[in-house]
Amino acid sequence: MIKHFINLEWKQFFRSSNFGKSIAIKIFMGFMALYLAGVLLFIGIFLFKALKKLFPEIDPIVVVNNYLVYWILFELVFRYFMQKLPVLNIKPLLILPISRQKITNYVLTKSALSPFNILSLFWIIPFCITLLFKGYPGVNVLSWFISLLSIVLIVNFLNFLINKKNAYFYSILGILVIAIGLEYYKIFEISAVFGDVFNMLYNNPILVLIPMGLLTLVYYLNYKNLKGLLFLDASLKQKSEEAKTQDFAWTNRFGEMAPFLQLDLKLIWRNKRPRMTVFLSIIFLLYGLYFYTQDKLLEIPIILVLAGIFITGIFLSNFGQFIPSWDSSYYSMMMSQNIPLRKYLDSKATLIIFSVVVLFLLSTPYVYFGWEILALNFSCALYNIGINTPMVLLISSMNKKRIDLEKSPMMNTQGMSAAQWIIVFPFLGLPMLIYTIPYLLSNQLIATIVLGVIGIIGILFRNTLMNKITRLYRSKKYAMVAGFKEQN
Amino acid sequence: MIITSNLSKKYANNTVLNIESLEIPKGQSFGLVGNNGAGKTTYFSLLLDLIQPTTGNITSNGVVVNESEDWKPFTSSFIDESFLIGYLTPEEYFYFIGELRGQNKADVDSLTSKFEDFFNGEIIGKKKYLRDLSKGNQKKAGIVAALIGNPEVIILDEPFANLDPTTQIRLKQIIKDLAEKQGVTVLVSSHDLMHVTDVCERIVVLEKGNVIKDLETNPTTLKELEAHFGSSAIAYQEEE
Repeated sequence: MIKHFINLEWKQFFRSSNFGKSIAIKIFMGFMALYLAGVLLFIGIFLFKALKKLFPEIDPIVVVNNYLVYWILFELVFRYFMQKLPVLNIKPLLILPISRQKITNYVLTKSALSPFNILSLFWIIPFCITLLFKGYPGVNVLSWFISLLSIVLIVNFLNFLINKKNAYFYSILGILVIAIGLEYYKIFEISAVFGDVFNMLYNNPILVLIPMGLLTLVYYLNYKNLKGLLFLDASLKQKSEEAKTQDFAWTNRFGEMAPFLQLDLKLIWRNKRPRMTVFLSIIFLLYGLYFYTQDKLLEIPIILVLAGIFITGIFLSNFGQFIPSWDSSYYSMMMSQNIPLRKYLDSKATLIIFSVVVLFLLSTPYVYFGWEILALNFSCALYNIGINTPMVLLISSMNKKRIDLEKSPMMNTQGMSAAQWIIVFPFLGLPMLIYTIPYLLSNQLIATIVLGVIGIIGILFRNTLMNKITRLYRSKKYAMVAGFKEQN
Repeated sequence: MIITSNLSKKYANNTVLNIESLEIPKGQSFGLVGNNGAGKTTYFSLLLDLIQPTTGNITSNGVVVNESEDWKPFTSSFIDESFLIGYLTPEEYFYFIGELRGQNKADVDSLTSKFEDFFNGEIIGKKKYLRDLSKGNQKKAGIVAALIGNPEVIILDEPFANLDPTTQIRLKQIIKDLAEKQGVTVLVSSHDLMHVTDVCERIVVLEKGNVIKDLETNPTTLKELEAHFGSSAIAYQEEE
């Protein structure tokens, strides 16, 4: 039976319509995985030595045990975003003579072999081998190893339970933040408590039964959960949320563009992928803290240009690079309805410009790090509006891949094409170059002004630029309509 | 008036549509029938400028559709679910289409209130997004949205498929009224010969992209069509 399942998945993988197209992305992901594996292997091999150096008076295994809890919590958060329960195309199997028990067990077993679990082994195994070489008792090391293995799998299965409800996730994230806070300010060292627990596990090999028991428990919970979902009306059919009507009446002042702005706001508000994209933009606003608190970076103004463009333009790049793919599922309607293409593009540009203004306003507290930073961010905002907005729209005309709005944007390569790779260089590189030349010739102030003026020139020529872009979108219309129809 | 001249569409030497000339006068209810792959949807997509013709063109009310966007204000259509915006409620979708066609909310409300029967209480005020409606209800919403804003040309691809019998009968009445009372040019395609003969004044049969019959509907049309499609089925049996 398992042979059949594997056979089905093999065919699903190699016969999927976008197999050839996304092979480059798969190779890229493969390299990323290899890189991660290499890093973890390196850590695993040298962890013992490094800890010995850092904490000469404490036994390395105790140090590892003390901080193990953070690794577990980190994995939980990391996996929440990255790992999804492997889906087997269950629907056609339901009416065949295969027991639900078998399907359930297969799906769960398959998840145990996920790369996420295997990656952890890359540091655990070499570390355990080092321990054995250093003469630690074999029974203890072995039972500790089995405990860790169980924990990895517990995290694996726990993740699927957590994935069902956002509330679980936010509580875990909350616990993590509070724990780090308490630890950092030395109020209460949670790691010490858990450290004791893990040390106990190491010292008493028999206790390995506890993690193994927990593993059985979470497996059973998942099993029960999943088996109950194997009905057409349970989870395979999408659950529908109650629709709330919003009218965003305040956008009416934008006149003819108002209906499009309202549509885009609803698009962002009601669909997972664009919503997460906006959420990430706000998080990235804090990126400035990273740049501005490092004196070394402050001395290189070009880096500050990078920060300025990034902070005020993060929505521009994250949202803009997938125009018009956001509307891919109904693009043929948009193209045959009473919508001139120019108006469609204008409304997208307006939304983006609006975001740049808002992000700039939100970034004004960075004036704390010096008025030059505020001035530079203002110039960067102007540049983003004048030059980068039309440029992103221009490059986005290469998009012709469909986007599923309800999927998470994390590690989601759907809709990726050359446009997303090309966009980075002119988006960040060009403003840095424009800034550098006058900076080297004169000073920081002049360079800031030059950058802003170039942005203003772009704004003045907006009409001409938009006309050119509209023409380009027109010529690509048929390819877009055809491309967006293709289901991945 | 929709004038098709020398229109053809080829995909890598495979001709999927080839219409030398076809004129649809204003206010006609026009039916397009044919088996799968006959070119019905291709023709409608060309009419909406969603695909590019290999040769020739279509002129709608004097506008060459693949050269100007000016046909958009008086043309509306529902081809498939990809014409719906899944994350809107039906009401929001109607209002959106209404705004595109210069209708305010009151106009849209008064239009949709006429279709309460047709909606059967399953569309309006249900607090559901379009993506969560059943296929049949999605279709109903899409068809009614195509009627918003007094279009002069309405294009409906397979409007009867997926609908329940009661709704099919109601839809037939709606389409008839549009052409007869309001002078709207309605283009409909269907696999169902009976429905098409019921609603359309004129029926064109496509086969492998070619127009092979062009009939004024009269009491014998259904028989004639059934004989035509039946004979190809018999011929197929004989071949076997």
